[in-house]
Amino acid sequence: MFSDSLQKFLFGRFTLESIPFHEPILQVTFAGVALGGITVLAAITYFRFWGPLWRDWMTSVDHKKIGIMYVVLALVMLLRGFADALLMRSQQAVAFGANEGFLPPHHYDQIFTAHGVIMIFFMAMPFVTGLMNYVVPLQIGARDVAFPFLNNFSFWMTASGAVIVMISLFVGEFARTGWLAYPPLSGADMSPGVGVDYYIWALQIAGIGTLLSGVNLIVTIVKMRAPGMSMMKLPIFVWTSLCTNVLIVAAFPVLTAVLALLSLDRYVGTHFFTNDLGGNPMMYFNLIWIWGHPEVYILILPAFGIFSEVTSTFCGKRLFGYASMVYATVVITILSYLVWLHHFFTMGSGADVNSFFGITTMIISIPTGAKIFNWLFTMYRGRIRFDVPMLWTVGFMVTFVIGGMTGVLLAVPPADFVLHNSLFLIAHFHNVIIGGVLFGMLAGVNYWFPKAFGFRLDPFWGKMSFWFWLVGFYVAFMPLYVLGLMGVTRRAQHFDDPSLQIWFVVAACGAGLILLGILSFIVQLFVSIRNREALRDETGDPWHGRTLEWSTSSPPPDYNFAFTPVIHDLDAWSDMKKRGYSRPVSGFRSIHMPRNTGTGVILGGLSVVFGFAMIWYIWWLAALSFVAMLAVTILHTFNYDRDYHIPADTVVRSEDRRTALLAGQV
Amino acid sequence: MMHTDTAPPGTAPVFHQEEDHHPENGTLLGFWIYLMSDCLIFAVLFATYGVLGRSYAAGPSPSDLFELPLVALNTAMLLFSSITYGFAMLEMDKGNQPMTQRWLAITGLFGAAFIAIELYEFAHLIHEGAGPTRSAFLSSFFALVGTHGLHVTFGLVWLATLMVQVHQRGLIPENRRRLMCLSMFWHFLDVIWIGVFTFVYLMGVLQ
Repeated sequence: MFSDSLQKFLFGRFTLESIPFHEPILQVTFAGVALGGITVLAAITYFRFWGPLWRDWMTSVDHKKIGIMYVVLALVMLLRGFADALLMRSQQAVAFGANEGFLPPHHYDQIFTAHGVIMIFFMAMPFVTGLMNYVVPLQIGARDVAFPFLNNFSFWMTASGAVIVMISLFVGEFARTGWLAYPPLSGADMSPGVGVDYYIWALQIAGIGTLLSGVNLIVTIVKMRAPGMSMMKLPIFVWTSLCTNVLIVAAFPVLTAVLALLSLDRYVGTHFFTNDLGGNPMMYFNLIWIWGHPEVYILILPAFGIFSEVTSTFCGKRLFGYASMVYATVVITILSYLVWLHHFFTMGSGADVNSFFGITTMIISIPTGAKIFNWLFTMYRGRIRFDVPMLWTVGFMVTFVIGGMTGVLLAVPPADFVLHNSLFLIAHFHNVIIGGVLFGMLAGVNYWFPKAFGFRLDPFWGKMSFWFWLVGFYVAFMPLYVLGLMGVTRRAQHFDDPSLQIWFVVAACGAGLILLGILSFIVQLFVSIRNREALRDETGDPWHGRTLEWSTSSPPPDYNFAFTPVIHDLDAWSDMKKRGYSRPVSGFRSIHMPRNTGTGVILGGLSVVFGFAMIWYIWWLAALSFVAMLAVTILHTFNYDRDYHIPADTVVRSEDRRTALLAGQV
Repeated sequence: MMHTDTAPPGTAPVFHQEEDHHPENGTLLGFWIYLMSDCLIFAVLFATYGVLGRSYAAGPSPSDLFELPLVALNTAMLLFSSITYGFAMLEMDKGNQPMTQRWLAITGLFGAAFIAIELYEFAHLIHEGAGPTRSAFLSSFFALVGTHGLHVTFGLVWLATLMVQVHQRGLIPENRRRLMCLSMFWHFLDVIWIGVFTFVYLMGVLQ
């Protein structure tokens, strides 16, 4: 009796049974992850990499390194999320009639929830944030973001959220509710386990990071532009980043609040979203989609920015319709707040409300269409170079238009009543998220990789990756459109009608092709690192770029620009090249920079402990880690010595090296 | 296309400047944006109260529960604390450190009084069986008012920290900036409270 309550006090509801020893799939995965983890840790130890890892990366406040860490996080989570996708596709391809497939419902439901959560929050979001972090300060001629420490802290909060999701794979379970955890299913009565709590705490902790990085980038863009760079001379990617971060700041607090209310329902027993004592689950639907719809524009706008940069660079022309592109972006930003109800037309709000939201949704396709035409007209009569980033862009333009059209179809309320929650919807949003966001991010990686590392990515494997992804996408998702039109609903673990099976088999083959695309991308990375000398770019401007990031060396020095650039025209670097800019080779001075700090890592680690303790009801640990977080934060504010000067000698040395390299080019 | 700033032939226009480009400090803008995001959290809580605030589930309603004199006293505490914070900022502008500290301390006392009264009210409600689990109305009431109270509590911790820092280093620019941020935070909480007072207490009792 006594030991029972002691155990409850010490470990909350955590017991050894919480570890899923009996699931063979998880055992194998765990063995793989454990072996891989041990190998990586051993390698770091063997190559004595711990010191540099801590000094140059984990504690770094350099926006470039933080950006790279975000992208690495995104790629790792892409692998996890895609593994879930493969499991789902294979389950649905075989689970017909007497065959129950290899995934029981309890497990299958966790997989589709984890797939959605991971792909949106821990793949797409870090990917977008990482590229914005890396590129925005360089494009506006700044030396860092407005709040460098906050940037590091934001990254570690995002990473902590990802760690909590990964822990759920091996300790306990993940939510079985779908990626938005609708109540009452996600309430304490229907989901008493730890799954929804993992979901809540992972998103809350990562959400803090996302929100703060949004504030950070807005201030960076508003306050830190180089002299002469007025708003209408901003590179389009900076414009789309600005709008995305405005959306982040204006949408994520809603998610924070609604998840906090759900937690109160689960932890305290309140009645916000319960079926009894006055609660109203539909309140949750409204609130979560008031965040959720802007969220999809948070993801797609930076991708639009990347496509704009890539199109104008690889067509060797100024972007067609710059001003209309800016206005289209801003209009999308505003409209994205006026459409949330189209996610639940079937709620029964009445014909008037549904018509309003149906019409606003259709109106969004107008600025989006304007963008497509701007890219097309940029390509028209351009000297198009079909390098890998441009291939992704063209692939996007075709694919995204299809996704956009099915989106307008879904925006018609009567049609939505038929297609709601069907595989047609699944096909639609994968059509725009893969064809839009993911293609954009991969275009961005191929485009900016030489800037970040000083050598290009191997084009052959890049093209392999592109074609497998593109073809794989169509093979995987076109069958889902068909199935959805036939009325097949989403999230089913088993089917009775054998005539459907062929479509699922085709879709599974598509997933296999996408797997080849991902493998090609990994091969591309390895081959490029191996052949880095052959692929080396010493000019800093391998694509004949047009914006400021290409004016500095690759990789850029810690301080980005030895002297602050002065801007006279749109596409500043193109303008500088055209008008005979000569790079200064002397007169360098010391440069004022922010100092690294470990506070972000420590707070991230403590927040994982706090989240874990809250999930498992280990109250003493939760209290302890919370107080520790507070103490670390307060102590951090007592450190007033946060910056240093890069001595002029160091600047001279690295700039002289670049002068020599550039001279060797001619 | 003509460039208005085209340099005469032979000389390139200026494409970089030698002196450091020091953008104006962005902290206040950043903090202001953060406050607006915080404001959205309150907006959600107000909206939730607006939707659920009359779902009494056969339990008590606002007019059964709220005692306006107590709430008026509480409101006075918070409003006074805003005025005294303003006095602290005026003294800071004059560079008068002891008076700044004194007004900050008075602000803290008013804030603490506000929290104490709120805790008393909550304890009283829960004791009467009108806790947050009684009905959706009470859930949304406790969430809205409690979130505001938590903000004030964090403000108090922040205030104490800043007083120690001002004591250690004086009114240096960093500390002035931090006091400005806390000032915005404190007045912001006042504005939110006016909304709470009006929509939750006054309209609740008057309906």
